[in-house]
Amino acid sequence: MIRKMMCGLGALGASMMAATSAFADATPALIKSPTAAQAATMVNKGDTTWMLVSTVLVLMMSIPALALFYGGLVRTKNMLSVLMQVFMIISIGTLVWIFWGYSEAFSTNSNATLAPFVGGLSKAFLHGVDSTTVAATFSNNVYIPEYAYVVFQMTFAIITPALIVGSLADRVKFWPLMLFVVLWMTIVYFPIAHMVWYWAGPDYYFTTASTNAPDGGYLFNKGALDFAGGTVVHINAGIAGMVGCLFLGKRVGYGKEPMPPHSLTMTMIGASLLWVGWFGFNAGSNLEANGGAALAFINTFVATAAAAVSWALCDQFVHGKPSMLGAASGAVAGLVAVTPASGYAGPIGSIVLGLAVSPICFFFVGVVKSKFNYDDALDVFGVHCIGGIVGALATGILDNPALGGPGFVDYSKFPAGVGAYDMVAQLKVQLTAISVTLVWSGGVSAVLYFAIDKIFGLRPSEEAEREGLDITEHGERAYNY
Amino acid sequence: MAAGEWPAGFKGAGMKFIIAIIKPFKLDEVREALGALGVAGMTVTEVKGFGRQKGQTEIYRGAEYTTNMLPKVKIEIAASDDLAPRVVETIQQTASTEAIGDGKIFVIDLASAVRIRTGESGDTAL
Repeated sequence: MIRKMMCGLGALGASMMAATSAFADATPALIKSPTAAQAATMVNKGDTTWMLVSTVLVLMMSIPALALFYGGLVRTKNMLSVLMQVFMIISIGTLVWIFWGYSEAFSTNSNATLAPFVGGLSKAFLHGVDSTTVAATFSNNVYIPEYAYVVFQMTFAIITPALIVGSLADRVKFWPLMLFVVLWMTIVYFPIAHMVWYWAGPDYYFTTASTNAPDGGYLFNKGALDFAGGTVVHINAGIAGMVGCLFLGKRVGYGKEPMPPHSLTMTMIGASLLWVGWFGFNAGSNLEANGGAALAFINTFVATAAAAVSWALCDQFVHGKPSMLGAASGAVAGLVAVTPASGYAGPIGSIVLGLAVSPICFFFVGVVKSKFNYDDALDVFGVHCIGGIVGALATGILDNPALGGPGFVDYSKFPAGVGAYDMVAQLKVQLTAISVTLVWSGGVSAVLYFAIDKIFGLRPSEEAEREGLDITEHGERAYNY
Repeated sequence: MAAGEWPAGFKGAGMKFIIAIIKPFKLDEVREALGALGVAGMTVTEVKGFGRQKGQTEIYRGAEYTTNMLPKVKIEIAASDDLAPRVVETIQQTASTEAIGDGKIFVIDLASAVRIRTGESGDTAL
């Protein structure tokens, strides 16, 4: 998607003059490679509003939505630990994002070898960012305030590590987990976000680099399509969760004692708030309040509905009854799958995607998990990683204009225009992006779990686990009555 | 007062303590019927347990759990010897669905009862 910042010095005065001249000309010509001062005049109040509203919606996806969705699924004795883990991951993650995360993900790296893989530290502590600097969108000569971009992307960076805790639920120590999150964001999330989403923006993509090579992340330059985070968020977190649950081992009593969800009411509330918040996640990722945002919005709505229906049907056919947990799981699987596709598909294609993703995730959480006997406690792998992979691949298919998608936008031209669509080539690129994410996130996560476990210990004692993490880790209970 | 001695006028015996375990949805019916009989009070607790009734199977994302402990309601009533037989009979008749899992009624001799507010004891405290 994203970014190139402009230095804001003196932009204010110059922008007022430019705005005046723009009024004189009813249809100003597009400016190739606008200066910082010119770009500062290309900010729209509607877009800015939409980005700030979307940011709040995505924050709501973490707290309370994800916390309640996960919390309802654990046993009463661990409810509070899940709430606290999610709450603190977003708090600590916010600081990490401001200190070095934004710069690592969305700045240009002065080292040309590293530049495609990770940003530099030139914007650490938001150096050089102020209320006059801007960030690019997907349209030529349209910008949003850089602060709006910083906070919007921040909500993605903080929800992603929070997703991982679902795999580790019931059996992980609090502070070592927080350390894992800081390191994982730094070594995994920010580089992956940089590879997939960083670019100089449509006005600069091919014009700023002296080599005439496009200025963007490794996977972005390859043409990987990930509208709102199928690879960056869901596959990334899903595989990290999977590695974590294998590393920690099964919960005490897994497979012998019943571990039913303690409150599916909470889970339903959480899933519903996720659905609502996801409009900010997906339609907000369009970065402008226009038809593209509306497309992502409707796709998000209908794919989710379709996936909830198809999971309920799976439950009916396989277990004889439609379950609430199944419907909620299906809705989340649909949201995950449509995330990378939301701006690159049509509504009917999105419905097909939603109908298809639930049976696949249903198979993974119900059959594959027990067959291979791993304890992915809340099915982060089965829903987020698998759903993300389905979505990332489907994006390559559904973007095809022949299937109702918007097609390939060629940013090497000015202004950018729709180019020829090659579905097979796109699918190969999508596979590359999926593989890079799986390998990097999975591999680095394994090293991090191992190192933190050796130094601090990752898993609580068996007695502590039996007693429940609420009391042993936090000294409180979720419920006192 | 020496250890082991009751206060003057303390009355005991002549009462039964009735514990009934019933299906939760029958509680209102039982309470109404007992009220009509003149039972002045009862204590109700939500409990879990098992008897001859089989458990239920629950499935969460494909993981099947058989729950042996089923939710029931426990009613505790203290009644005078005069009233006790009719209390037991009434509970038995109102709580019955003629299916397994309807529950049980236990009757034990009650040594005494005291009304905390006034200090009255024996069946006048009921």
